[in-house]
Order: sequence, then C-alpha cells, then structure tokens
Amino acid sequence: MQVKYQVEGGDFTSAGYASSQVKKLLKQLNVAPKVIKNVVVALYEAEVNIVAHAYRGVIEVELDPQKITLVLEDEGPGIPNIDLAMQEGFSTASPAVREMGFGAGMGLPNIKRNVDDMQLESQVDKGTRLTLIKFFNA
Amino acid sequence: MKVSEIIEKLNLRVFGGEDGLQNEITGGYVSDLLSDVMGNADEGEVWVTLQTHKNVMAISSLKELAAVILVTDHEPDADMLEQANEEGIPVLGTEKSTFEVSGELYQLLK
Ligand SMILES: Nc1ncnc2c1ncn2[C@@H]1O[C@H](COP(=O)(O)OP(=O)(O)O)[C@@H](O)[C@H]1O
Ligand SMILES: [Mg+2]
Repeated sequence: MQVKYQVEGGDFTSAGYASSQVKKLLKQLNVAPKVIKNVVVALYEAEVNIVAHAYRGVIEVELDPQKITLVLEDEGPGIPNIDLAMQEGFSTASPAVREMGFGAGMGLPNIKRNVDDMQLESQVDKGTRLTLIKFFNA
Repeated sequence: MKVSEIIEKLNLRVFGGEDGLQNEITGGYVSDLLSDVMGNADEGEVWVTLQTHKNVMAISSLKELAAVILVTDHEPDADMLEQANEEGIPVLGTEKSTFEVSGELYQLLK
C-alpha cells in the first residue's frame, strides 16, 4: 500500500497534516502504540523540515506487513554539511521560525532516535531526500 | 486527576476544546520549543507554554496531550482555537507565570 502527500514550503498552518493521516492509518492497521508514537515524531519533524527549510516536497509512504517506509523528497536549498546538520542544536532557521518555537536544531536527532534506519541525501541548490524505515515488531 | 479538576483548583480560564475536559492527566511538560515537546512529552500530559499558534494543537493532537495551559495572559490565535475545538483538546489560560503555574500543577499532580 502506498500513499503520497504534498508539502508546501513556508506553509506552517498545514504542518503535521501528513503525520496525522499516517497516524490514523497505522492505528487502523493495529500497529503497536509505541511504534506509532515513534513514527509520528519522526515524520512530524521531517515534514516540518520541508516547511521550514525547503520550497516544496513530496512525502511517499509505503506500508508492508513488517514495516513502514517514508521517503521525503524536496526541492530546496539542500544541506551543505550533513554531519553538522545532524548535530543537536544546529539550526539555520530564520528568526521568525525560531520565534514560533521551531528551529531548536533537535529535529534530525529526534528523527534518528525514533526510526530503525535513516538515510539523508542532499544536493546544494537542488534538494534533499530523507528515507526513513520503521519496523512494526521493534 | 481530570482536566476539569485542575481548572477549578488552579482557577484557569477555558478558551476552548471543552470536549476534552474529562481527559485524565498523567503529568505535565513545560517548554516553548516545539521539537522538545514532540520528542519528550508523553501522552496525557498537560503542556505549559506561551506559544499561541496552530502548530501547538497539531503537536498536542499527535502526542495525545490532555490539555494546553497558556501562561501570562497569552491567548490562542483564532486558528489554534478552531483546531482545539475540532480535536477536543482543552486550551486553558492563566495570568500566572510559567514558574508559578508549573509549581502549582506539580503540587497537584505529584
Ligand atoms: N529538508 C531540508 N532542506 C534544507 N535544509 C534542511 C532540511 N532539513 C534540515 N535541514 C538543515 O538542517 C538543520 C537542522 O535540522 P533540524 O535538526 O531539524 O533542526 P531545525 O529544523 O530546528 O533547524 C536545519 O536548520 C537546516 O539547516
Ligand atoms: Mg527541523
């Protein structure tokens, strides 16, 4: 089973939509509550990163009996130094975004903690692709 | 303890989300950083904050928090309130500071 969501850069009022839809889906499939919580945290942070840092993106969700795979691909400025971006506290968020309480630099570390596999690939001035896998029996 | 009981005991204002007034509270979390709440708050907790925008409700709903308390007379934005009502998550308010209301809440819940 496959589902897709579009995400617009800068559209904070819709941030979290894909996460809440995926949460509903996983509940319907009777996935363990702990696993749902992990997926929700990771996907929300990834969704917000497109809204806060990129121009537009697509979230592809693939469900199979053992796992969920989330592929978030965006057009945007890309990430010049992925190791630096992964560090807790590192953020390039604008002052306006920080004032809303985003931009603490905790998003990527939160994502990593909550999934079984995380691949972050990026090309400067092109975009970023984040692939997340979470197993249901973990 | 239920949300309705802390409203009475802490003399909180109710902005909306009344459908959740009987939500059971398991604890509290105090932060104005959304990723901090997303990563570290737990289901059933009351969130004390001064953030008043719609994303507060997105997170409260995703994390299944019991209620939100806005401090120092902050009021929810219109779209935050709208989502609070849709989701049935109470948004409460106080004139007290984060320090004061968190201390009182802790005394009630510990
Ligand atoms: N999709 C993306 N496109 C461009 N830059 C990104 C993207 N995701 C993350 N980044 C970069 O990585 C940094 C750290 O991300 P994160 O840990 O989520 O913290 P925050 O979003 O709070 O800044 C961001 O500030 C940004 O510079
Ligand atoms: Mg982020």
